[in-house]
Amino acid sequence: MTEYQGQSGFEYLRAQTGRHLSLLISKPSEMLNPLFFFLLVIILFPIGLGPEREVLSDLAPGILWVVALLSNLMISQRLFVDDFDDGSLEQLVFAPVPLALAALPQLLAIWLTSGLLLALVSPVFALMLGLPEQALIPLMSSLALGSAVMCLLGGVGAALTVGVQRGGILLGLLILPLYIPVLIVGSRAVTEAVLTGGDPTVPLAFLGAALTASLLLAPFAIAAGLRISLEL
Amino acid sequence: MTGSILLEAQQCSVSRGLRTLVSGVSLEVAAGAIWHLVGSNGVGKTSLLRALAGLARIQVTGDIKRHAPMLYFGHSLALKSALTPRDNLNRHPSGGLVSDSQAIDKALSAVGLSGYEDAVTGRLSAGQQRRVALARLWLSPPPLWLLDEPFTALDTSGITVLENKIVSHCSAGGAVVFTSHQAPDLGAQLQTINLEDYRGD
Repeated sequence: MTEYQGQSGFEYLRAQTGRHLSLLISKPSEMLNPLFFFLLVIILFPIGLGPEREVLSDLAPGILWVVALLSNLMISQRLFVDDFDDGSLEQLVFAPVPLALAALPQLLAIWLTSGLLLALVSPVFALMLGLPEQALIPLMSSLALGSAVMCLLGGVGAALTVGVQRGGILLGLLILPLYIPVLIVGSRAVTEAVLTGGDPTVPLAFLGAALTASLLLAPFAIAAGLRISLEL
Repeated sequence: MTGSILLEAQQCSVSRGLRTLVSGVSLEVAAGAIWHLVGSNGVGKTSLLRALAGLARIQVTGDIKRHAPMLYFGHSLALKSALTPRDNLNRHPSGGLVSDSQAIDKALSAVGLSGYEDAVTGRLSAGQQRRVALARLWLSPPPLWLLDEPFTALDTSGITVLENKIVSHCSAGGAVVFTSHQAPDLGAQLQTINLEDYRGD
């Protein structure tokens, strides 16, 4: 028998990222759901609060960030569920890369189609709330960084609760406390830019540090969670 | 490579909750061997196979040594109904498949699905979907196969094709452990373990 040669680790990760991306794109309604949710909230807030521009632009950083957090929470609940149900998740055990890495392509695909997409269109929503222009770049960068952190943290919670029937509430309880610091720092980056007209560097640096830390640590926690859920 | 051991299990016991399903199973899977696990429903065939695959470590006692990369084919087919059969194989979550599209077309035609390469997997019949999943066996698979009920939902020609594939894989130095309620025609290499003899409490 010829010596067995599997896919290389890099090829595997690339193929899996493609798989998850084409799965997400094949269901555009599900992919765009968080965006519609975002749009809805941004439309409703001015109606509820009244159209005073000062009030809205004061609240805008908080509103935008809270909605980003909630839409991330919505996505996290579905994260591994389909793969768990159809047996794809257990096949990760046989992947040519360790389980900690094998779960990452899905998170990357999810972040590209939700977090990054949201960050890219967020200036439109921000202008609807009257956020000053100098805050747009800090908003986009804080959302891009922060949503990546939240994706990884959400992945940890999702890995732990994927085997649990109706694990949504449990997931919220598990990961919301971890989301809070991201929310505080993220919205701070935007407020900073609005108030001082200036420098959001410190909060953004904090988000970058959080992303680095969670990139290093979350994969191991996700692998451990998946092992528990799959009873490995 | 003939004669080398791909998988060893010694005094292996598998439980579900508080109930021990099978206990004291010892198994040595050498290159070229075909092992058939038989037993009535619920005796623990799937649980034992998953234990051998390393998919159920918590409830397993005993010593299982895995010496070769393996392919596990379970009840859940790990197919995405929104993707085409080609994409499902090309980007299978277990990795380890050749990903050039000619090889995939050949594998799909080997399982009788030529013409369905770009169909939507979710629209295929149950038997066809199992054939898509089984096409993994044609795509330079790892040497050791653990197949859970591979013959289910296949028609007679499909069963023959799969039997031939298993036999040729084993004569090329691979090995197969499978569960089935059928008695497939797999030649002289076939060895059978009846799990009723290893029933727990």
